[in-house]
Amino acid sequence: MIFGYSLSDLWSIFVMQSFSGLSLFSVLLLMALGLTIIFGQMGVVNLAHGEFMAMGAYTVYLCSTIVQRHCPSLTPYYFLVAIVLAFCVCSLFGLLVEWSLIRFLYKRPLDSLLATWGLSLILQQSFRSIFGAREVTPVLPNWLMGAFNVTSTIQLPINGVFVMGLTLVLTLGIWFFLYHSRIGLNMRATVENRVMSGAAGINTKLVDRFTFSLGCGIAGVAGAAFTTIGSTGPDSGSRYIVDSFLVVVFGGMTRLVGTIVSAFGIAQGQSIAQFFMEGTMGKVMILLVVVVILMIRPKGLFASKIRS
Amino acid sequence: MSSNTDFLLSIEDLTVSFDGFKAVDSLNLYVDRGELRVIIGPNGAGKTTLLDMICGKTRPTDGSIKFRNQELVGKTEYAIVRAGVGRKFQTPSIYENLTVFENLEISYPKGHSVLGCLMFRRTSEIVERVHQIAEEISLKEFLDLEGAFLSHGQKQWLEIGMLLMQEPELIMLDEPVAGMSTLEREQTAELIKRICKDRCILVIEHDMEFVSRIAHKVTVLHLGKLLAEGTMEEIRNNPKVIDVYLGH
Amino acid sequence: MNILYNRILGGKTGARGLLVMAIVLLIGIPCALNPFWVNLVGKYLCFAFTALGLALLWGRAGILSLGQGLFFGLGGYCMAMFLKLEASDPISTKIQSTPGIPDFMDWNQLKHLPALWVPFKSLPFSLFAVVALPTLVAFIVGLAMFKRRVGGVYFAIITQALALIFSLGIDGNQGYTGGRNGITDLKTMWGWDIRTRHAQYILYFATCLLLLLSVALLQWLLSGKMGKMLSAMREREDRLRFSGYDVSMFKIFVFCVAAVLSGIGGALFVLQVGFIAPSLVGIVPSIEMVIFVAIGGRASFFGVIYGALLVNAGKSLLSDAFPQAWLFCMGGLFIGVVMLFPNGLAGGWDWWCKKAWPYLMPAAKDRSVKQPAAEFAEVSTKGQNP
Repeated sequence: MIFGYSLSDLWSIFVMQSFSGLSLFSVLLLMALGLTIIFGQMGVVNLAHGEFMAMGAYTVYLCSTIVQRHCPSLTPYYFLVAIVLAFCVCSLFGLLVEWSLIRFLYKRPLDSLLATWGLSLILQQSFRSIFGAREVTPVLPNWLMGAFNVTSTIQLPINGVFVMGLTLVLTLGIWFFLYHSRIGLNMRATVENRVMSGAAGINTKLVDRFTFSLGCGIAGVAGAAFTTIGSTGPDSGSRYIVDSFLVVVFGGMTRLVGTIVSAFGIAQGQSIAQFFMEGTMGKVMILLVVVVILMIRPKGLFASKIRS
Repeated sequence: MSSNTDFLLSIEDLTVSFDGFKAVDSLNLYVDRGELRVIIGPNGAGKTTLLDMICGKTRPTDGSIKFRNQELVGKTEYAIVRAGVGRKFQTPSIYENLTVFENLEISYPKGHSVLGCLMFRRTSEIVERVHQIAEEISLKEFLDLEGAFLSHGQKQWLEIGMLLMQEPELIMLDEPVAGMSTLEREQTAELIKRICKDRCILVIEHDMEFVSRIAHKVTVLHLGKLLAEGTMEEIRNNPKVIDVYLGH
Repeated sequence: MNILYNRILGGKTGARGLLVMAIVLLIGIPCALNPFWVNLVGKYLCFAFTALGLALLWGRAGILSLGQGLFFGLGGYCMAMFLKLEASDPISTKIQSTPGIPDFMDWNQLKHLPALWVPFKSLPFSLFAVVALPTLVAFIVGLAMFKRRVGGVYFAIITQALALIFSLGIDGNQGYTGGRNGITDLKTMWGWDIRTRHAQYILYFATCLLLLLSVALLQWLLSGKMGKMLSAMREREDRLRFSGYDVSMFKIFVFCVAAVLSGIGGALFVLQVGFIAPSLVGIVPSIEMVIFVAIGGRASFFGVIYGALLVNAGKSLLSDAFPQAWLFCMGGLFIGVVMLFPNGLAGGWDWWCKKAWPYLMPAAKDRSVKQPAAEFAEVSTKGQNP
């Protein structure tokens, strides 16, 4: 008997906490992916990234409200459309933000940090003014409710499975896109050597704009996925932003693998710790562990040795 | 593990690899006190990397660097500097918003700790030394000018001056005359020959005219390995060197 | 006398600035404003301490910290713990199930005072802790990070995480720290009632004097070689290493000084406002402190103090009148200060003195004061490598 639970109980707890940890992992991973793309590729720290996530969530909520008001019969089908819409809305808005603000801030990480914090304040207040200060939830389609009963003591919620599946698809998609497509190649080339890329005929400004809006679009999808596991309020974004950045920094920022492992570790750590310690203390412990590890190994888990 | 007590700088079996690529491969190099050694070679030969390793900026994967019989590998940059090694970088690296005087003063080897810095007093000894060095590098009239306003050549001299303030026994100069006019090159050659008296100097250069003016001995690197070594005459006539670097 | 004038008072500009500030703070404000507002200004000045620290840390040394709230909180909580213990003497708390301990501990069924709290019964210890604890934490964090050459954005994010950890840690431990509500109902310090108007005025003047003293101290610090060192470090850290300096120790030093200043600000805050809570020490307040500094003009000590006063005053006025508008304004300020006026108030003042005023008054004598123009003209791009 440990902590007053039997071994088999512990196992069930472990599996279920791991699973809820996986949902958190999905959100963190999606956020971190977007951030890595933006920071790792463009040297821009986007503290408003959380607000793009919230924007995706609010888009789904809006879709839900419209569907409920005008054609409730479409409820089972609207959700997937809403996710796509969330991506589009967020990437378009990202495009606007890049054009008006971000493009002046390349390679100025500290400045972009401050400016995007300002942006996040403005966005948060906009959400508050438009949607109200209370948290909202979209009406989820029936097929997302309920749980799989894997064994008698282990139940896996369907929405969690959905979120994970979505994350998997998206991560694979991004990896494929970055490493096996023409545009992805252009993006990576621009990051490596902007001047050369420009000389080779790549329109670096356009690539930057595209990169940023892609990052924001991914955040939008993260937000849409997030609506299945939690409610959305004006400051939902800021709740995850520090964690997401820690995931990015912890993962080493150079390889996708690093980000994935890092997000997994941090999410699972938090989830399991939160079961055994009261609410926030679990999170505190994990964050502390991450920060201490970062102090010992500042480049993160997977940084490679490059010649300066 | 032999200890070469006669050489001021002895490098043995030095190797560094970046993700599999060997920038410097089993290099052996010995420099005497009072010697002016020039290192030449095509781009990518590993010259700058060699200097990086000596001054502690890059860590070698193998080999040893002994300076006055002290092992330098593994020491931090500032510890190596305090041991008596000074380096001048390829692009002039001075403190642009400090005056020439302040640039030199900051390089004075006193008051380097936090407490020492707080308690620092500009003594007459320091002032004298600054004036002396400024004279040496032909910047005596510009002592109150901010570094940003110096010409390219003057910035290079200022950097050499800052090195001299540290009173090093080994000075490393990475392309000291890049971007200088002919007259400035002559003056720099004279300056370097003057300061060579009690120290050993390592120079990386591409300007063969300049090299022949100052070198006691020349080392040629190619693809991280030692290609040839000898006086300027010997090197000039070495067929391997001509093939790889000097051209016909 | 020379040392006093040139180094501590900061020469002509410094002495003038100190005089103006002294007049504004010690005479102007108390005469012009009612006691409520004087107390508010006193509160703002506590934030000015952290702003001063950041002006040194960020403005002069080029190290951005997004977690100064941590040190503000450490100082504040140390002071609050002392005051709370004093207010929780057995007589006033006799209705509690366990008299003699703070009320929130009682609510959480604690039966005796936790060991951590016991030393704070003594005022000397508490005062010592206000200064020592932030220094210790800053030293450890600085040592861990600066020795490993962590700087720029990484450092900023980690300091932010530390502030978050601190505020969450306090939040989640209601029994030990008062939790989300913080430590409230503070009454007296060594028998002296800090809530009376009389006391508030005294605390206000004490804060002002300490602030002016801090400015003088910082000016002295930077007037000699240290100032040049920091300037060189901000510009060319590598080069400094090759000149034989252990740069990390200087960064640690500056970080600790900024931490102490923030801690003192926190303690004075608690004295003037009468409570502290985790919402005052987390990421949001920490980043707000940065905006005071950015608005004031990063490297100027006077600028950041005025910046802190202005932004806080604006916040109080605006959020009363137009609560929705305030966040928009602040967001706009952040963006504006990065894009449009990176040199803040100090830069504006500089422009006025050097360009506008001589243009308007061509007869005015040319004051050839050696302004650290390079510092003000320093736009954000320097030293930003992640």
